[in-house]
Amino acid sequence: MKGSFIENLGRVYGMYTGGFLVFVLLMALLEQMGVGADTIGILFVAFTIGIYALIGWLSRTMQVDAYYVAGREVPAVYNGMATAADWMSGASFVALAGGIYFGGYGYLGFIIGWTGGYVLVNSLMAPYLRKFGCYTVPDFIGTRYGGNLARFCAVVVLVLASFTYVTAQINASGTIAARALHIPFEAGVWFGLLGILLCSMLGGMRAVTWTQVAQYIVLIVAYLVPVIWMSNKQGFGIIPHFSYGDAVARIQELEPMIGLGVAAVDKPPFGGVKILSTPHFAPGGGMDSWKFATLAACMMMGTASLPHILMRYFTTPSVRDARRSVAWSLFFIFLLYFTAPALATLTKLQLIDPNLATSIIGRSFEEVQNLAWIKNWSSVNMLYLVDSNKDGILQLNEFFMRSGIVVLATPEIAGLPYVISGLVAAGGMAAAMSTADGLLLAIANALSHDLYYKIIDPKADTKHRLIVARVLLIGIGAAGAFIASLKLTTILGAVAWAFDFAMSGLFFPLVLGIWWKRANRPGAIAGMIVGLAVGTIYLYQVRWGGMTPWMGIDHLRFGIIGAGASLIAMVVVSLATPEPDAETQAMVDEVRVPSGEAILGQDH
Amino acid sequence: MADNINEVRQQHWTKTRNLTFLVLAIWFVFAFVLPWNAASLNSMSFIGFPLGYYFCVQGSLIAFVALIFFQNKMQDKIDDEAGLSGE
Repeated sequence: MKGSFIENLGRVYGMYTGGFLVFVLLMALLEQMGVGADTIGILFVAFTIGIYALIGWLSRTMQVDAYYVAGREVPAVYNGMATAADWMSGASFVALAGGIYFGGYGYLGFIIGWTGGYVLVNSLMAPYLRKFGCYTVPDFIGTRYGGNLARFCAVVVLVLASFTYVTAQINASGTIAARALHIPFEAGVWFGLLGILLCSMLGGMRAVTWTQVAQYIVLIVAYLVPVIWMSNKQGFGIIPHFSYGDAVARIQELEPMIGLGVAAVDKPPFGGVKILSTPHFAPGGGMDSWKFATLAACMMMGTASLPHILMRYFTTPSVRDARRSVAWSLFFIFLLYFTAPALATLTKLQLIDPNLATSIIGRSFEEVQNLAWIKNWSSVNMLYLVDSNKDGILQLNEFFMRSGIVVLATPEIAGLPYVISGLVAAGGMAAAMSTADGLLLAIANALSHDLYYKIIDPKADTKHRLIVARVLLIGIGAAGAFIASLKLTTILGAVAWAFDFAMSGLFFPLVLGIWWKRANRPGAIAGMIVGLAVGTIYLYQVRWGGMTPWMGIDHLRFGIIGAGASLIAMVVVSLATPEPDAETQAMVDEVRVPSGEAILGQDH
Repeated sequence: MADNINEVRQQHWTKTRNLTFLVLAIWFVFAFVLPWNAASLNSMSFIGFPLGYYFCVQGSLIAFVALIFFQNKMQDKIDDEAGLSGE
């Protein structure tokens, strides 16, 4: 039965995709028949979560290697889709295009960083970690360097980085659930957590893998369909990705005419919304270039150190498949990342170009105020308009919005049917849930495998280990939901920090563990502790301590400082202490050979 | 015989390492050098886009995807030649 499932993957997911499209058409039909927008939104979210939960239930398991690494039988293309869903968070889905809309050149560092990082994953990490045969990232650190202290340090970095990230995801799934189901945000957070746990609890990595593939299909359909439909409807081309150069030129021509850069006069009565004040693309060289490069470097090195991404490559049948699946991962991620700038550009043009019917800047204030989408999103504090100069015309510095609007309101701005908005909500939910699942599993697995089984109770039997893993999963999920319900950080700040934490503590211990035979246990421990401590202190000083960032390295980029300190500490301490024993050096040689048995046994 | 295996492995690793360095050099150009010089590249245009902008939103991304597929193809060849493909 299990073997036949792997053989039939193409048919299963083909039917699933077809079924999902039929569902979308059915919703469109219901809309035509006069079913309300609210009902359609609820049906979209409920139907997709129901499917994920069903997959989670069908993938339940009590085997250790199925629970931790999906039985190491996931084909490269499917692992690529699962990784793409694991990777693209609620923030990528909802906030990326908005970030580009508002941030211009400076923000594009995220786009380059979040794709270029996979070159590092493929070159430096994934094939070697797969050869190693570990269940978790601390498993590699603990075996390569030896000793419980090294393993424990890796667990600490993993938990810190992943937990920072997971609260943002639970927050995002809560926001979407709250809006689609018309429940309070706090209830939405717990509802979102319930959906997330339904996917992962019974089947661990195996269940998460197969739900993530399903979630990828929903999220990419939900991202591409509105953009392509909008582009066709508004006459921007059939596939807008390769033809929006003119739109960029038109925006640059309009920017000085509509008063870009004039500061807002009035302050909106609530936070989170802002006016457009950065040019669409105006790199200034010098400091601008430096900030771009440091941001991209942080996101790339963070990508190559984030445990929930690296552990996806432990699930493939071979080293070669691990490499192949990195290539597919980036391809599937690329589909969304090269769409986001097109969406940001076309949405901006639709709002500011007076020649287009959808434009609002420069129109009569009263007319704009009465547009349906403006009313909808103003009522939930996502938009704010104020006629500061009382001329009865909407100016650029009188129009405030949240960055999430660019994705969420595109269907309405372009006048698409509501069914598309429901599709977008389902896509955002899929993106947030799939990332949260990967992160929760990374944390719970590190705690159950590395802390409980390897350090606290090495004699625990299989049943015990898997029960502990599940209890931890629920506990960590609940803690994440509780913190998310307190609304402490903005989504994006927290996401960037996770990358910085991961790169500060783990990047060099992982890379040098494979690429530098001389790296030893004291060096790795020093690298992790110093990197994480220096990075965290720098973050605290810059963000809350009133310190002026050093060379423009602000709180989004603190990983540069952390990883730099980590590298120095690791090299100095390694060289000052004896080299690793012959057995460890032979192990490093063995990791570099793609063939042969994994270093760690199948059921370690 | 043992020496022979070690020699094959040594050569395999040297080739793997050289390929990795080549890939990282290309990666560095698309990740840092081109976006760094976006302002001056913008004076040129490509399929209707200012060139600097094009690299930041599309060109470098396509290069990364192609680079990984290229690396895997070359690495497969290196592994097969050394008889270490594991498949």
